[in-house]
Amino acid sequence: MRGIAKSMLTTLSAFTRRPVTREYPERHRPIPERDRAFPILLWDQGIDEPFCTGCHACERACPVECMTVLMKDNPRHTSQGGNSSRRKIIDKFWIDYGRCMRCNICVEVCNFDAIAMNNTWQGHELSVYDRSDLVMDLPQLLSQHRQGNLKEWVAE
Amino acid sequence: MVTPRALEHEFETQDLMINMGPQHPSTHGVFRMVLTIDGEVVRDVVPYVGYMHRGAEKLCETMDYRQGIGYMDRTEYLANFNAELSYVMAVEKLLDIDVPERAQWIRMILCELNRISSHFMFTGAFGTDVGVFGTAFTYSFIQREIVQDLFEEITGDRLMYAYFRPGGLAWEVTDNFVARVHEVLADMRQGVIDIDGLLTHNEIFVARTKGVGYISGQDAIDYGMSGPALRASGVDLDIRKAEPYLYYDQIDFDVPLGEHGDVYDRFVLRVEEIRQSIRIVEQCIERLQPGPIQPERMPRMLRTPPGEVYIRTEAPRGEYGIYLVSKGGNRPYRLKIRSACLSNLQALKHMTVGQYVADAVIVLGSIDIVLCEVDR
Repeated sequence: MRGIAKSMLTTLSAFTRRPVTREYPERHRPIPERDRAFPILLWDQGIDEPFCTGCHACERACPVECMTVLMKDNPRHTSQGGNSSRRKIIDKFWIDYGRCMRCNICVEVCNFDAIAMNNTWQGHELSVYDRSDLVMDLPQLLSQHRQGNLKEWVAE
Repeated sequence: MVTPRALEHEFETQDLMINMGPQHPSTHGVFRMVLTIDGEVVRDVVPYVGYMHRGAEKLCETMDYRQGIGYMDRTEYLANFNAELSYVMAVEKLLDIDVPERAQWIRMILCELNRISSHFMFTGAFGTDVGVFGTAFTYSFIQREIVQDLFEEITGDRLMYAYFRPGGLAWEVTDNFVARVHEVLADMRQGVIDIDGLLTHNEIFVARTKGVGYISGQDAIDYGMSGPALRASGVDLDIRKAEPYLYYDQIDFDVPLGEHGDVYDRFVLRVEEIRQSIRIVEQCIERLQPGPIQPERMPRMLRTPPGEVYIRTEAPRGEYGIYLVSKGGNRPYRLKIRSACLSNLQALKHMTVGQYVADAVIVLGSIDIVLCEVDR
């Protein structure tokens, strides 16, 4: 009987503790700055173009092959009369979020710091009705950082 | 006591085959077993595994060493750090590189915290199996979430960390790491007290689990069991003591042993292991010194020399081994995962036959299987 009484007491003692749950859709838990949601592309605010040069490094390093990258000549390169130092620039970029396993390898291999893991709640709440809607194209991938929604964190 | 077998001729009873799983909630995943029952007594068990087979071993052969780490997470999703550790240690042994001291200590802390969170998952799920619906489960999950939150702060992901790298760690831990670990440990101590109060000393729980699912030490060895399920039968084999890896030889901790080899012992032993893990983490935190977390010279693409290694570590469920064969190049020629759950599961028939049907569930729960690890 003493053991059962002790069980009851344990349950009773929980009344004095603070709640640990949150009413999720209304309230969001603060997420750490290292949080890895899905990879997105970064926007060079200074020159107003993507950092990505379409070098295929992330595409080759991806374990699940969720990326498709196409590059083109940069029309805004200095030789063309522009103000950009990038000779090549990203033309088309697709990431299939349904396939991505969020391993952070694309971020590690990128030579231009052009890709990052989304560490905001928008990166997590991606429910869609159709699986093909999870294939993100270049404007979608760039929009988050272009609007300045990203908390920046760089791994040492 | 009149056994059902003795009554068989009198009533002309016959055995009944019932199917349990693969969608049964207390099979901890997709696991199917066909029970042959005689009244309430189990006469035969045929387990069917493989519903969760994804070919992780074969997949790892098609990708380089860094890419394989992510797949190790997915084979053992309750103790990811322990699974990653075996893999990176195997690669490190092939490459013959020294890991910086700080990285090793952090690895140890994270692995032990992962053991705690995994064992809390067990106590909760086992409570549900036994019939303590919900209460023990939620209490355990509070503790598990606290550990998981710490992992998320460090690695960025709640479950699939992909944080260990051959040679060290992917990136430095957070600045407030030590303080946070102390916070988490304080919560864990409270959690152990809760679980003890709710289950360990509860007479109903003890009556339900004592003497059920017995296996002797010799039988457990014969079945190739390892980890807490083996130690509950009184066999003193803990790889952390028997074959120390990382810095376990510098740490003072006890290996709890069971006496009776029944379901209750397996439960109590895991609760005791949580206490020991707390002790280990405390000692590791004291010895943590600033320093590098990666060797100074690491190639961008790892290329291993030809050779083969077998590394085994003590994961929460037992011996998690990685057998790695390399023929040169940047990817393994063959990777074999020695899964503790698969070996432990072999003893299911031995432990279940002769018990009641209701006990089959708690025997399965007491082995603490992760079906992803069984099927790979």
